[in-house]
Amino acid sequence: MPTNEQRVLTGSHFMNGDTACAEGALAAGCLYFGGYPITPSTEIAERLAHRLPAVGGAYVQMEDELGSIVSVIGAAWGGVRAMTATSGPGFSLMAESIGLAAMTETPCVIVNVMRGGPSTGLPTLVAQADVMQARWGTHGDIQAIALAPASCQEMFDLTLRAFNLADRFRNPVFVLADEAIGHLTERVVIPAESEIKRVPRRAAVLTPGEPFEPFRADETTLIPPMPLPGVGFGAHITSLTHDERGYPATDAVTHDRLVRRLSDKIALFSDEITQVEAVGLDDADVAVVTYGSTARTAKRAVTLARQAGIRAGILRLISIWPFPDAEIAALSARMKSIVVAELNLGQVRLEVERVARVPVFGAHHAGGALMPPEIILESIKEAARHGDGNRSRSTPSRPLAAV
Amino acid sequence: MARHEVRLAGFGGQGIILSGYILGKAAALYDGKDAVFSQSYGPEARGGACAAEVVIDDDAVDYPVLTRPDILVLMSQEAAIKYSADMADDAVVLIDDDLVTAGAGRMVYGAPTTRIAEEMGRRLVANIAMLGFLTGATSVVGRAAMEEAIRTTVPPKTIDLNLRAFGAGFDHGQRAVS
Repeated sequence: MPTNEQRVLTGSHFMNGDTACAEGALAAGCLYFGGYPITPSTEIAERLAHRLPAVGGAYVQMEDELGSIVSVIGAAWGGVRAMTATSGPGFSLMAESIGLAAMTETPCVIVNVMRGGPSTGLPTLVAQADVMQARWGTHGDIQAIALAPASCQEMFDLTLRAFNLADRFRNPVFVLADEAIGHLTERVVIPAESEIKRVPRRAAVLTPGEPFEPFRADETTLIPPMPLPGVGFGAHITSLTHDERGYPATDAVTHDRLVRRLSDKIALFSDEITQVEAVGLDDADVAVVTYGSTARTAKRAVTLARQAGIRAGILRLISIWPFPDAEIAALSARMKSIVVAELNLGQVRLEVERVARVPVFGAHHAGGALMPPEIILESIKEAARHGDGNRSRSTPSRPLAAV
Repeated sequence: MARHEVRLAGFGGQGIILSGYILGKAAALYDGKDAVFSQSYGPEARGGACAAEVVIDDDAVDYPVLTRPDILVLMSQEAAIKYSADMADDAVVLIDDDLVTAGAGRMVYGAPTTRIAEEMGRRLVANIAMLGFLTGATSVVGRAAMEEAIRTTVPPKTIDLNLRAFGAGFDHGQRAVS
């Protein structure tokens, strides 16, 4: 365990996924972690407990996840990049204050290394069933930003990117990892510090003699520049619906204006967030839409499908929220049918069905082990059989295969 | 064969997990291959038999866990019973033959890796002797890559001891298959 003051561990490593996530945070310049260790995310906390104090940051083990997320919000308003890491049960406890972060436009990163739920479920085993929770887990209309790493390298890369998106959009950003990726160990290449791209938070400027309005949005980005603490801004921050001054204004006009802006500042700029990877789609009839660890299985399944004479490819969602509607629509125009493969009973499939105009099939399993290639392969075969000539929007949903 | 699936199994305290990490590291960082290392988590992995799993591929590893191991390293009888069921029909099995009795009908190679380590004065390096035996008896990863992975992983003061244990195991491995 490095205990030196090196913030960016430049070089090639054979590194655990959770550890790579922690190193991605450090490379992003994260200086605060507030959390409550929970399997399978614990190695993130463990690594940062060692590393943050050595680089001048702070690690605080909070009393629970309710405190964790609020401490992260406080640290972000204190002017630093801040994060927490958890898994399903902790993510549920954080739900309320994720809304607080959205409402107060607080940039922060929340890593959820997904395990089997509901409730305590499978503490040590993989699932991908918190995707809709990330989208809708807090009350009220919010726009979620969520990234889904499929390798230890992406645990590093996407955690770094999550911090940049958080500051760009002044919003909480989720890294929706899963146990399988968090607990793998693979090659992770960390670039030189000079090659690490950090997008700074847009800082507010204090104009002498003019009242400061902390929630007056920039007209182009719809995002208010963020005040620094301790230099005289005197910003008022509340979870109530507020006006541009940050004062409570609980009326319909202000509420609609505020919530619409909170949504639009992300929804209208989603092309800056969307990140997908296309594999073997050029000549394909069937596309597998997938993400996270299941994308690793899908690559195997597509290889097997091509050996069986089916032209299949993969559209891997690297960002899940905002949902890449345009990419799915374009895919739908080129494919005869689509398979959605995920370790849950059909969460992203709902989104694909909403957008696609070709038959959509599901390859689902509730979790507990990596998705077996056979389940996806069977769905690809079924999709290939039904794909010809049937371009209705009907969605013959496949019964769950037992494994 | 492009893809190798290696399982190393023994009892807690033998350094099984570390040896899996070193094998994966050697392949991924020093041998021009891709490799993924994983281990069991949870109460079932505490005490008794334990296993480390490494997938090594000339290309990128897609499915990152074992389906049918083609190389099995066994350092305890309990592990041999618990972790042998799903191996490939043509799997190569490497055992510490002081500790494990191999089943019949397999391609089994044995070396007294724990005794080798004890004769060097440190039983602790039995896992590294076994990595040497694995490297000498199979072509899954090169010797230089393994030695570099050992050098960059073990505590600096123990590098010489570990490399000697590795070398002794390697010689056993080469003799076993010659």
